[in-house]
Amino acid sequence: MAMNTQGRPSRPVSNIEQGGYADTFSGSRGLDQAEPLIFERGRTDITGVDFPKAKGTKARLGGLERTDEIGLPGLTEPEAMRHYVRLSRKNYAIDLGLYPLGSCTMKHNPRLNEKMARLAGFGDIHPLQPQSTVQGAFELMGELAHWLMTLTNTPCVAMSPKAGAHGELCGMMAIRAALDARGQSGRRRVLVPESAHGTNPATAVQCGFYCDEIPAGPDGRVDMDAFKAKLGDDVAAIMLTNPNTCGLFERDIVEIARLIHEAGGYFYCDGANFNAIVGRVRPGDLGIDAMHINLHKTFSTPHGGGGPGAGPTVFSEALAPFAPVPYVVKDGEGWRMVEQEDEAEGEPFGRMVAFHGQMGMFTRALSYMMSHGADGLKQAAEDAVLNANYILARLKHIMTPAFDGTCMHEALFDDRFLKDTGVTTLDFAKAMIDEGYHPMTMYFPLVVHGAMLIEPTETESKSGLDRFCDTLESLAKAAKDGDTVRFTSAPVHAPTKRLDETRAARNPVLVWTPPAETLEAAE
Amino acid sequence: MSQTRYTKDHEWIRLEGDTAIVGITHFAAEQLGDVVFVELPEIGKTVTKGGEMAVVESVKAASEVYAPVNGEVVEVNSELESAPQTVNEAPDGAGWFVKLKLSDASQLDALMDEAAYKAHIG
Repeated sequence: MAMNTQGRPSRPVSNIEQGGYADTFSGSRGLDQAEPLIFERGRTDITGVDFPKAKGTKARLGGLERTDEIGLPGLTEPEAMRHYVRLSRKNYAIDLGLYPLGSCTMKHNPRLNEKMARLAGFGDIHPLQPQSTVQGAFELMGELAHWLMTLTNTPCVAMSPKAGAHGELCGMMAIRAALDARGQSGRRRVLVPESAHGTNPATAVQCGFYCDEIPAGPDGRVDMDAFKAKLGDDVAAIMLTNPNTCGLFERDIVEIARLIHEAGGYFYCDGANFNAIVGRVRPGDLGIDAMHINLHKTFSTPHGGGGPGAGPTVFSEALAPFAPVPYVVKDGEGWRMVEQEDEAEGEPFGRMVAFHGQMGMFTRALSYMMSHGADGLKQAAEDAVLNANYILARLKHIMTPAFDGTCMHEALFDDRFLKDTGVTTLDFAKAMIDEGYHPMTMYFPLVVHGAMLIEPTETESKSGLDRFCDTLESLAKAAKDGDTVRFTSAPVHAPTKRLDETRAARNPVLVWTPPAETLEAAE
Repeated sequence: MSQTRYTKDHEWIRLEGDTAIVGITHFAAEQLGDVVFVELPEIGKTVTKGGEMAVVESVKAASEVYAPVNGEVVEVNSELESAPQTVNEAPDGAGWFVKLKLSDASQLDALMDEAAYKAHIG
């Protein structure tokens, strides 16, 4: 008899009869530890570090020194470390598994990028350093600008916008400056397709324009007749995403560009989905006047709770003179930053940020571009489209695609397949959490009922996509077979069960307040 | 009581004396899901048919509520600001949004009656 069979059962005792999981005394579940707020874990009236009482010092604050506790949690280094590691274990990340969230994707972030961004010459510099000491950083910015202009076939790029929506603002401010410069400040109407990202109309309104919605045709693309009917001499611009938010290529884009120019307006292209066409299509060839590029999406820099964005904005010849400062220029052997509007060649509409943009993102994006090469970038776009179409093809027999035909980099389903099952898109998404997947984008775009927008990205292997599709197939089948509770009670295997979103939205608690006993202890 | 009229964007409007009450339909409230916030216009604001009149936000999305006809806002249902759930509970009653003084009552005729609206939503 082997020792370990004595008094040491090697099989679990089923506790189903007792109702499955029992509540634990600690609130933890196995090794998934319950983690309170850091203020609740550390006492706010102590410090994690013991300093000896300073001798012979004299307060010089004239009676203004603090007398009550500062209220910061006092934790030792290991306690603080454990707090954040425990929290990170509750998070779902691109480094853990497939992240099908569409629109603003979480892409693979190559480790090489991280290594490059930490090089001292890029990572440890300060924006106020003398220009002669940051020539390498300037060259990197110049090189990245060159890549972006080449990939889009445009003559100018503003590097400083710090995210997609900031890039939109940059583009629309340039359009407004251009209209003012030609004495057409009366042009205030901006055409926005109804499937647009919410940031598009918000940006237009922020710049003093107002929006006019273009309906989508039955194929999910801009309704050309409706678009033509809306053109007029008060139109400032159209804001169009291509591929659009339904994951479809706007086939009429060249015609749209021609017509908007003929009507005296400009073409702002939302470049959020550039990752589907980079290397295949140069937006400048399509007739766009301005487009932001999400470095944090198309060029793999971390974003979405994982880091700052960067939204460089490219301009056509028509808008280039109005691009904002600052920008770098090659000056003989070295590089120079053009900081002031009066040093600039054109008539910049101004400056958008205090410094020069997101240097860390620039380094990562250029690292991605140079390690992939032009052919590699093209293949990444092709693989993103291939992967989305693979999902569409594998699931269309059991889920309902929103539109006929193939898609670009994201596959869009509606909720017709859930009709009469008692399961909603939200329930379906929650059940995916139980299966170990982050849900896809849901209920967006708004033009599709109960939308489920899946963007697998280019890095997923066929076997990874198959596992994902197998799971979704099983879920769709379970919903149709009437296993409604599986969905309406989900998630049951996540660290936190289903939250009451309505109550959270109606009665948000935005500020942590210490429990009464903590307050008393501090007094 | 006058007949209730409907827009294709799921607003209802009912004439009561000189003023008309406007709200969103049961169908719209159901589609939106739990309403968590309602933004109402200022009293005295002039609204035009098809123009934005209010905003309703649910856990799913924020949507605009359009004016079914031209008119001036004479009263708003400020109860909705503290109790937005009323829109879900009684969309065609206590969950009304605004009262309008109509500039042209004949605009009502162009809107759908109940049977036509039912056919519209399928």
